[in-house]
Amino acid sequence: MQQGAVLEMRGICKYFPGVRALQDVDFTLREGEIHALMGENGAGKSTLIKVLTGVYPKDGGEVRIKGVEGAAVIRSPQDAQNAGISTVYQEITLCPNLTVAENMYIGRTKGAGANWKAMNSGAGKILESLGIPASPKQQLGTCSIAVQQMVAIARAVDMECKVLILDEPTSSLDEQEVIKLFGLMRDLRAKGVGIIFVTHFLEQVYEVCDRITVLRDGQLVGEYVIEDLPRVQLVSKMLGKELDDMADIKSEVGGGQIDMEGVPVLEAEGLCSSAGIKPFDFSIRKGEVNGFTGLLGSGRSECVRAIFGADRVTGGNVKVDGREVRIKKPLDAMKQGIGYLPEDRKGDGIVGDLSVRENIILALQVMKGFFRPFSRAQAEAFADEYIKLLEIKTASADTPIKSLSGGNQQKCILARWLLTDPRYLILDEPTRGIDIGTKIEIQKLVLKLAAEGKSVTFISSEIDEMLRTCSRLIVMRDRKAVGELKGADLTQSKIMATIAGGDE
Amino acid sequence: MAAPVKDPKIQVKRPDESIFKRLTRHQLFIPLAALALLVLFNLIADPTFFAVTVKENSLGNPVLSGNIISVLDNASELVILAIGMTLVTASSGGQDISVGAAMAIAGSVILRMVCGGQVSADTMQTPLVLAVLVGILVSMIFGAFNGALVAYFKIQPMVATLILFTAGRSIAAWINNNQLPIINDLGFKYAGTFLPGIPVPTPIFITILVILLFWLALKFTNLGLYTQSVGINANSSRLNGLDPKLIKLLTYVILGVCVAIAGFVRVSRSGSINYSRIAENIEMDAILAVALGGNALSGGKFNIYGSILGAYVIQFLTTTLYKYEVPSTALPAYKAVVVILLVVLSAPVVQEKLASVRKAPAKAAKEVS
Amino acid sequence: MKKFFALILSLAMILALAACGGNNNQPANDTQAPSDTQEPANNDAQAPADTNEPAAPATGDLITVGVINNDPNESGYRTANDAAMRATFTEENGYKATFYNNNDAAQQIATAQQMVQDEVDFLLLSPASTTGWDTVLQDAQAAGTQVILFDRMLEADESMYVAAVVSDMPAEGKTAVDWLAAQGLDEYNIIHIQGHMGSDAQLGRTGALDEKVAAEANWNYVTQQTADWDEATARTITQSVIDSGKPFNVIYAENNGMARGAVAALDANGITHGKDGDVIVMGFDSDKWAFEAVLEGSWNYMGLCNPLQADTVDSIIKDLVAGNAPAQKIIYTPEQGFDCETLTQADVDTYGT
Repeated sequence: MQQGAVLEMRGICKYFPGVRALQDVDFTLREGEIHALMGENGAGKSTLIKVLTGVYPKDGGEVRIKGVEGAAVIRSPQDAQNAGISTVYQEITLCPNLTVAENMYIGRTKGAGANWKAMNSGAGKILESLGIPASPKQQLGTCSIAVQQMVAIARAVDMECKVLILDEPTSSLDEQEVIKLFGLMRDLRAKGVGIIFVTHFLEQVYEVCDRITVLRDGQLVGEYVIEDLPRVQLVSKMLGKELDDMADIKSEVGGGQIDMEGVPVLEAEGLCSSAGIKPFDFSIRKGEVNGFTGLLGSGRSECVRAIFGADRVTGGNVKVDGREVRIKKPLDAMKQGIGYLPEDRKGDGIVGDLSVRENIILALQVMKGFFRPFSRAQAEAFADEYIKLLEIKTASADTPIKSLSGGNQQKCILARWLLTDPRYLILDEPTRGIDIGTKIEIQKLVLKLAAEGKSVTFISSEIDEMLRTCSRLIVMRDRKAVGELKGADLTQSKIMATIAGGDE
Repeated sequence: MAAPVKDPKIQVKRPDESIFKRLTRHQLFIPLAALALLVLFNLIADPTFFAVTVKENSLGNPVLSGNIISVLDNASELVILAIGMTLVTASSGGQDISVGAAMAIAGSVILRMVCGGQVSADTMQTPLVLAVLVGILVSMIFGAFNGALVAYFKIQPMVATLILFTAGRSIAAWINNNQLPIINDLGFKYAGTFLPGIPVPTPIFITILVILLFWLALKFTNLGLYTQSVGINANSSRLNGLDPKLIKLLTYVILGVCVAIAGFVRVSRSGSINYSRIAENIEMDAILAVALGGNALSGGKFNIYGSILGAYVIQFLTTTLYKYEVPSTALPAYKAVVVILLVVLSAPVVQEKLASVRKAPAKAAKEVS
Repeated sequence: MKKFFALILSLAMILALAACGGNNNQPANDTQAPSDTQEPANNDAQAPADTNEPAAPATGDLITVGVINNDPNESGYRTANDAAMRATFTEENGYKATFYNNNDAAQQIATAQQMVQDEVDFLLLSPASTTGWDTVLQDAQAAGTQVILFDRMLEADESMYVAAVVSDMPAEGKTAVDWLAAQGLDEYNIIHIQGHMGSDAQLGRTGALDEKVAAEANWNYVTQQTADWDEATARTITQSVIDSGKPFNVIYAENNGMARGAVAALDANGITHGKDGDVIVMGFDSDKWAFEAVLEGSWNYMGLCNPLQADTVDSIIKDLVAGNAPAQKIIYTPEQGFDCETLTQADVDTYGT
């Protein structure tokens, strides 16, 4: 083993039917470093981690761990845990119906007995030291997703680990929580823990990481010290090509010509829903892209859900093209030409076991009616058209959508709504957890749609993305619309100030 | 595209796979293999098992007779139930355990109608079609009751249907005033025995008709897409304009129709009903048929033809065991063996092992190239 | 709207269930007729009771009885049994009766305890299980409540109850087998369709046949299977034998429903049965339609298992009240076999239920 290394992977291979997920990949993690594992979705990052943690058996290569003689044998996550490798996955893998403390200690108690009192107080101490707002006795499912994620990290931290793997830990955390997490990561680094950090957020990589390993199409591109690899180069290495200037997609696509003359496409007054948002006003015009911004849990998703009828609407009027309409359920909204890409892709977006084709035609099919199914040929034509148009990478239209990568799943959901030819499309976090190439494609698509005269509401946690696409931002705080920014006010600092509130 | 694939059933086809391997991965592999095994066993043990002869029944009509005819005939109720059970399973991720009791209700309603409330009647007091329609209607209402509990009150299907499972046979008893009604009209028994001049048992035709109806329904409506979508992800379905609750309710109502038809076939076999014994434990066979057909009992994607095949396999097994005079008290033990095999085969651990066995030669091939 | 629909449905179900729960009295009214024929006998029994005041019950003119029976929905036999009890122990007949039906012995025991505490004069008991009754019986004795068992026995010393009115299942089997032997066939190839394994009726009816088949060289089982009292299963079993091509000439089904199922299979295959047919058909119990099948000659034999113990119990009580203890502890209800050659319409009317 190399001097100072805690983990060495050499010549790792992994095959899935029809796919070489990993080919001859090397990876070295040193003591006390934060090492970013980068690559587009499908590059093999998750597979590499699952091989390392024993979720998948590897088809070739060897793994060496500091303190273990010879090649380490890791056949199960339990083996990995015993070898000092702890993992926090992108999707929360804890048990929502157990308490926070139980989740932190599950699978780690020795023997049959369990000292609940000790566990609760132990868990309480860790939670407190990490500043996680959860009580040990609270049922995990009742915590917000962000808190659940942090509990998962706390669990991993509490296990005396040599290697900590964070697989997209920040995708459901808000700014403050991310800062807290980074502080924690630096502390652990100081203690000599090697951290593997998988993320899509470039900013975060440059904020905390020491080293970067880039994968592409299951192969190793290279390992770099962070100072030697400027952002643009990183992106081009991930994509395998020089990237168009990310900052300037607006000028490239041109953006929409907002029709200020006629009545708004949709106009809501005093809208509120059972999800507990304060009544808010909202309007959008033809060709306009606007957005909701705010911290996690500020009510941005709830607003668009109310517009789409996804939550029970408890008050307010909605006008479409100046005509008053009642939107009580999603189908009502769909009939008004509104499409909605939900925030939680896995839980609310895809229908996992159904094929890509069925997922794409679903919304249009529902609008067409129960007794009028599309012919197989028609459905195939629709699916093929959009697979081509959005460059969805899938073995075939019959492949179950759940076996696609996150970005491609998201494209399928987009295809689903584009197929209904909506006049107004709501995209709630369409870029979360997907690779950077697809992120840019989606942003371009939004601007293209606006140019075609459609209206789009775009929500993203990354303010950059919103600045690039939106001409108007509604700022949410504490489930209430607190401001609206447009034109010259659309700057990062102004938005931050509005979100933070106080001394405006 | 190296997305992790867990379920071997959904793996993409590869040109370097042998036909055998692709076959073993097919959803209908298990029921077909089970059927083949049974056929093979009977061929070796006693080929006369498959003999079909023409006999004359007591009314002087020529009729076909033989084990195979018995299998097809006796499986009818189970096949019809399995179809409905498949839909309910797909949409709600649970099973209706009240179908046997509900068959007792439907059968009692039909008999009460044709007997005109008497204990025994020599001619039908109500037109048969009307009686059957009322039976279907009542059964749909009970189906809707189950469905409402599951969909609107969000009670686990097994628990929700436990109510009717418990109360159903008492309701059936009440419908017929605690009497065991009997109809001696030959016309009533046509559906359960033979139509004059037609040598094939009528239940076989009724079953084919039901299968045909569902084939048409799945082809010309979105029943399949909607139930699967709701069963896989109710939230997504709702956000795509579906009403998951209504669709769950609908599947239970459809099962109600299946139950009524099955109940009608069963009572018209003899023209009488013993509500405390009729179709006892048939719910377990219906659920087993769904599982045997390769359908996940947790809902989602389904293959209705798998369940149909599963039902015939179960009846084939039963008939074979009867032929070899295995005590009928021992039948559940044999079915238990089938269940154990099924459960073990579909367990993730075994699936992974199977997948790795399948993969090994493919990998070798790759390395050579 | 949909929620409303769901609500209406639930209400409808609750009503249905309620109606169902309240129906237990109906059969009693429906089957009042048979007990009418017994009226004179009852009056005879009552006459001495009126004159013999010393033994007269404490509660006015009415004798209080607690009746604990199984669920009438259990079978047609039980339905008739329960209906007869309810028809007999009425105020017109001089009784103040409380009825309780349950197949769960624990519930039965709890209710019996309550009845003893309420100081009923007589406790009429058809126990769902044979054990667990010791406390109840002791309490009853202490409280002066007299216990009469009907239809089913329990494990206790004979002194703990005054009488037991039951069917003699082994005798029923014996009668049937003797009748079959008397038919003088050259060879007996029997399809034996059994009831629920382990039940009294099954044990009694199987026992006699098993003995005979073991003893005689020309008596054979073609198949011996339980159909669990189910008609459809009986049909399947018979069809399976027909499909196998094995010759048979007797169907010995342990209740009428199963005999009917077997006959359906015979009919479907054009196999003649009954009086002039190739196959002898035998059933048990007391269903009227089965009597009619025997009368028509479609079946050959029916072993009567009389569910109507109410009259016998009634006369025992009246005798006890009059100060006369029953001659024997265990009284078998009059039972006999009926043959298609000798059965008359009058028998059908008398015994059919």
